[in-house]
Amino acid sequence: MEYYFDSAATTKLHPKALEAMLPAFSEFYGNPSGSHSMARKSLRKVDDAREQLAELLAVKPSEIIFTSGGTESDNFAIKGPSTAERKPATFNTEHHAVLEPVECLDGAVMPVDESGVAIADAIKDLPETTSVVSCMAANNEIGTLQPIAEVAAQVRENLPTALFHVDAVQGFCWLNMSEITSAADLVSLSAHKFGGPKGIGVLVSKKGCQLEPQLVGGSQERGKRSGTLNVPGIVGMAAAAVATVERKAAKVSEVKQLRDRLSNGIKASLPDAVETVFQEGRLNILPNIAHFCFPEVASEALIFLLEREEIMASAASSCASGAMQPSHVLTAIGYSKELASGSLRLSLSYETTEAEVDHVIEKVTESVNQIRKAKK
Amino acid sequence: MKEQVLMAMSGGVDSSVAAAMLQDEGYEVIGVTMKLWGGDSDSGCCSISDVEDARRVADQLGIEHHVFIFGDEFNEFVVDPYVQDHSDGRTPNPCVECNRHIKFDKLYQRADELGIDKVATGHHAAIEVTDAGYHIARGADEKKDQSYVLYMLDQAQLKRLLLPLGITIKDKVREMASEIGLRTAAKADSQDVCFIHSVGGRQKFLGERIPLTPAKLVDENDEAVGEVESIELVTLGQRRGLNLGGDHDRRYVVDIDRKENKVEVGPKSKLLIESQPLSQLVWTNAEVSGEFEFQCAAHAKTRNGRIQKSGDGYIVTWEQPQPRVAAGQSIVMYQDNLVVGGALAEW
Repeated sequence: MEYYFDSAATTKLHPKALEAMLPAFSEFYGNPSGSHSMARKSLRKVDDAREQLAELLAVKPSEIIFTSGGTESDNFAIKGPSTAERKPATFNTEHHAVLEPVECLDGAVMPVDESGVAIADAIKDLPETTSVVSCMAANNEIGTLQPIAEVAAQVRENLPTALFHVDAVQGFCWLNMSEITSAADLVSLSAHKFGGPKGIGVLVSKKGCQLEPQLVGGSQERGKRSGTLNVPGIVGMAAAAVATVERKAAKVSEVKQLRDRLSNGIKASLPDAVETVFQEGRLNILPNIAHFCFPEVASEALIFLLEREEIMASAASSCASGAMQPSHVLTAIGYSKELASGSLRLSLSYETTEAEVDHVIEKVTESVNQIRKAKK
Repeated sequence: MKEQVLMAMSGGVDSSVAAAMLQDEGYEVIGVTMKLWGGDSDSGCCSISDVEDARRVADQLGIEHHVFIFGDEFNEFVVDPYVQDHSDGRTPNPCVECNRHIKFDKLYQRADELGIDKVATGHHAAIEVTDAGYHIARGADEKKDQSYVLYMLDQAQLKRLLLPLGITIKDKVREMASEIGLRTAAKADSQDVCFIHSVGGRQKFLGERIPLTPAKLVDENDEAVGEVESIELVTLGQRRGLNLGGDHDRRYVVDIDRKENKVEVGPKSKLLIESQPLSQLVWTNAEVSGEFEFQCAAHAKTRNGRIQKSGDGYIVTWEQPQPRVAAGQSIVMYQDNLVVGGALAEW
């Protein structure tokens, strides 16, 4: 039995997504840009998927651009509106898929507070020529929820010509998407975070947004993103989105309770564990993320021991595992390198059970104690 | 239940075959690649492709593979002291310090945390158990013998260590690798310092970290005979790269004066000394007295001598005068091809 506590890294494909995808490989496999009946069949599936997603996201179908995933969507949202004169801006706990392009373009990187919350006031100091301000809906490592409405208001008030981008990759299962799409001009999503396949995502680009295409060629996606449409990915993503939204209302509070049980359990058995950005009620973070730093413990050792107990977890974001640097997120919120090196992210899904949570509490406690005992 | 062993896998052929041998012996082998260096490098064991090689070999053998990052520790205990030693006019051996502080300290510590007793590496050396205890013995392959860089291991460390390649010669290792069909079978041996890029070498590496100081070359009468670009790159006993012209007798670096930034050159005989001070002396087991064979560089010929107390420390006194060993180099004591201890040369 596997205890999968790494849903923030990726999720298992939803059976409905698989069911939707299989015929796209073998039956309606035509290229949707073609002109025969097979092509039209594929195109109809893509159109259906686009409309379903648009409805779930409360946007127009023409505002959906299919991409290869979160990283491409983020890169497109940052680079697309930027020029030598007009530079992007973001916050220092964003995903690297946002931070790197902003830094490449010599854009501005603004701070967060000690809970990881974007300091929206910093937008007042950005140059009027700012191309796009990017702020994530929720942090992928520690789960901090960002004040999207407040950031949006600051952008509108201070930078009337700037676009507002929200990286909502971690949010689809947990947040009200229409609130995000109504506040933002650009929104990034990635299917594999909500039961869809890897390699497919969306950039919502609201009407009127001027984006320079980053991939040119066959002029797919109204010329904004060339490349043969990933039909299996697109139909799988739409099916996963529908399946997610059907269960969302019930699951969000249920998973939050399980997460609270998990975090409280770990704190009760390991009193010196630091629960990252803890606030009473835990309404400041995603309902599915439990993030801890264990003093005097190396994440690598902890992850190893948990794996021995069939528990799949992460030290930081999956991208940062294997990196030589401590998590930029923990650094940004003022955690020391020593404390950050003992980080553990446990992320729950709609499928997580109470029995799994209790097993994880027990094994995290045992593992941390074993590591500490060896240190003495 | 099979006994677990944490096998340090660099991605090279030696540790690949060592892992396979331990598996054959019935261990549950857990492969680990230590990621030590995040900077520019094209040799050694820290490049992405080396980690990939180790991972693929582990997959092929059907064993677990993990990556442990000891970058901070490597910087603190290996790279920074390496740079400082050059700045101080010493000649460090970073492989020895990596073994001392990383492989046989941090990795052991990690094994403890994971509840794993045995640790293995692909070094060409053997472990011999005598009445006196555990000893590192020279590897079967004389040319590849790595006992020299393992001298710092004590009884507690040796007791937990497995060196499966000790009795195997290198050609045989390659043969075994191709028999099993390991992708690393024909991979070139790693050479040089693993954290230094072959393009630019030591000069570029050190030049980016410390100021390099031009120095005068003088003869024994303090007459200037030339100059070098950077005294930090000069090693005692060095002959090449001094640009002294061809009409001289063979002249060697016989002294490096960091205070005056002067390098004295002279005939090899000027290097000869009767005894040399030591630091950081370690014994494999209890302190032993008497005459030993001493090895003063990797793959160097041995010389005979004795260890003696001198003030607070120790000196080695040679049976007959021997060239001075550059400060910072390891001097390793052997008795009947078994390592009994070692120390750093001082001056």
